[in-house]
Amino acid sequence: MGSRSSHAAGIPDVDSIRRDTGFSQACLLRLHHRFRTLDRNNKGYLSRIDLQQIGALAVNPLGDRIIDSFFPDGSHRVDFSGFARVLAHFRPIEEEDTGIRDPKQPEPLNSRMNKLRFAFRLYDLDGDGRISRQEMLQVLRLMVGVQVTEEQLESIADRTVQEADEDGDGAVSFLEFAKSLEKMNIEQKMSIRILK
Amino acid sequence: MEGADLAGKILSTWLTLVLGLILLPSAFGVSLGISEIYMKILVKTLEWATIRIEKGAPKESVLKNSASVGIIQRDESPMEKGLSGLRGRDFELSDVFYFSKKGLEAIVEDEVTQRFSSEELVSWNLLTRTNINFQYISPRLTMVWVLGVIVRYCVLLPLRVTLAFIGIGLLVIGTTLVGQLPDSSFKNRLSELVHLTCCRICVRSLSGTIHYHNKQYRPQKGGICVANHTSPIDVLILTTDGCYAMVGQVHGGLMGIIQRAMVKACPHVWFERSEMKDRHLVTKRLKEHIADKKKLPILIFPEGTCINNTSVMMFKKGSFEIGGTIHPVAIKYNPQFGDAFWNSSKYNMVSYLLRIMTSWAIVCDVWYMPPMTREEGEDAVQFANRVKSAIAIQGGLTELPWDGGLKRAKVKDTFKEEQQKNYSKMIVGNGSLNS
Repeated sequence: MGSRSSHAAGIPDVDSIRRDTGFSQACLLRLHHRFRTLDRNNKGYLSRIDLQQIGALAVNPLGDRIIDSFFPDGSHRVDFSGFARVLAHFRPIEEEDTGIRDPKQPEPLNSRMNKLRFAFRLYDLDGDGRISRQEMLQVLRLMVGVQVTEEQLESIADRTVQEADEDGDGAVSFLEFAKSLEKMNIEQKMSIRILK
Repeated sequence: MEGADLAGKILSTWLTLVLGLILLPSAFGVSLGISEIYMKILVKTLEWATIRIEKGAPKESVLKNSASVGIIQRDESPMEKGLSGLRGRDFELSDVFYFSKKGLEAIVEDEVTQRFSSEELVSWNLLTRTNINFQYISPRLTMVWVLGVIVRYCVLLPLRVTLAFIGIGLLVIGTTLVGQLPDSSFKNRLSELVHLTCCRICVRSLSGTIHYHNKQYRPQKGGICVANHTSPIDVLILTTDGCYAMVGQVHGGLMGIIQRAMVKACPHVWFERSEMKDRHLVTKRLKEHIADKKKLPILIFPEGTCINNTSVMMFKKGSFEIGGTIHPVAIKYNPQFGDAFWNSSKYNMVSYLLRIMTSWAIVCDVWYMPPMTREEGEDAVQFANRVKSAIAIQGGLTELPWDGGLKRAKVKDTFKEEQQKNYSKMIVGNGSLNS
């Protein structure tokens, strides 16, 4: 008769998701509720179309790139654990995360490095670990649409790659990317605080 | 033998009670006051339950004072402020942060999708289905909840189902009988009587308590009545207070039978599915209907789909192109007693009706508003927005520019182009491109 209350028991692998993402129980319940709302036909996973239906995401210039980040390695489905893991990149950094960490544990998903990796992957279209000038041009084109001419865009792309590229290979590697943004307050710009 | 006798006796007493206490007063539009007493007891119980929950819960978790506050802490500054970093405004690698954050925020919570799921309550109303984050508080509360379940499922549900069957049955039989008469004002008055009586019975079958405000603005003949849409019950609520000509698609099954019966008694406008695609045909038929001043006002829901009653979405301009006087009506349900929103992707009609019949009650306010007409130099879209704002303000709902059909179709590219334009202006428009 429609008892829709989300219990933790309804989420598969909730403990391992909680460990990996660092989300609290209450946050995970909210995200699971959201996951089920987005999953229109109750398939148990999300496909690209489900995410494209979100109006505010579809008008975002980088909407397609963001959607792609949920489907790594050419997959077409994302289950709740994958969904939560991507969102975990945007979890704000709390005090307990910055304390002494056990080096044997994997880095938390919302660390500064991992946030930068997420942003890097938005640029790196083919996933080869380097942003080439061509990839930069393509992403820029996504962001400006038809509003900017090809010459202007090329000069912007050239300038950006040149500024960040240190070893002169004409592409920006992840370390060069991280170095060029070392002064930026990533923690604040790439964090979404979920209220209770 | 004895068993069958006993069952027969119980059934007949039950039916007599129902007839005497509910059906006859409905036919005469009179109320015996039983519903009012029920509502008073209900309100007192819910107040008591709320106090218990607030006492029992630790202080920090009682923080949401408005159910429609979002779950994310949002920074609503415009694109210019969100993007400006340490340096002047050229393209930066870090620009991607702003867009990705906005994108992920939309994934976690967006204005539109949340309007298609039921509104969350600030305090629990003793129904499991609205229990998202409330925890176990005390044995007394649980007992009251169990009592509530028993009352709802074992006492109210059979009563309501009986009434619903009687109501629909009477409607079909009554309108078919009236339809046999030749056209005359007597026939119209009789069909009104049949409609009103059956609607009142159906409303009682949902334990509906409706407050009508500003009855002097009730839609007149030859006009178009426009309202926000939350569920199919909206129709029932409006027709209890006056007769309307309905517009809609021909359905199959039970709905189809009801539609065919109703159209015999008074001229509703039902379209075949194929005819709905032809906008000119639809407009023509509606224009013909309102041109005849003796015909009942048309009832239209311009949103085109059910929204969860916290906001009003884009009004489709088709209804506003027909001309004539528009009578706006705002409908606001009180979610404390029962959730009237029909989430058609989650529940089909039958499970939706069962949910409604096992809620406490349906309580709503209906505001009739002064008629509006299209002004000089205003096109249909502007007129539609004007009416939409008026309804949103009256009903206390938020206004959204999005199209309710978004839940089925993709958003138009023009919105994306706007964002791209804004961004381009920032990185190129400042002219400071070092080559």
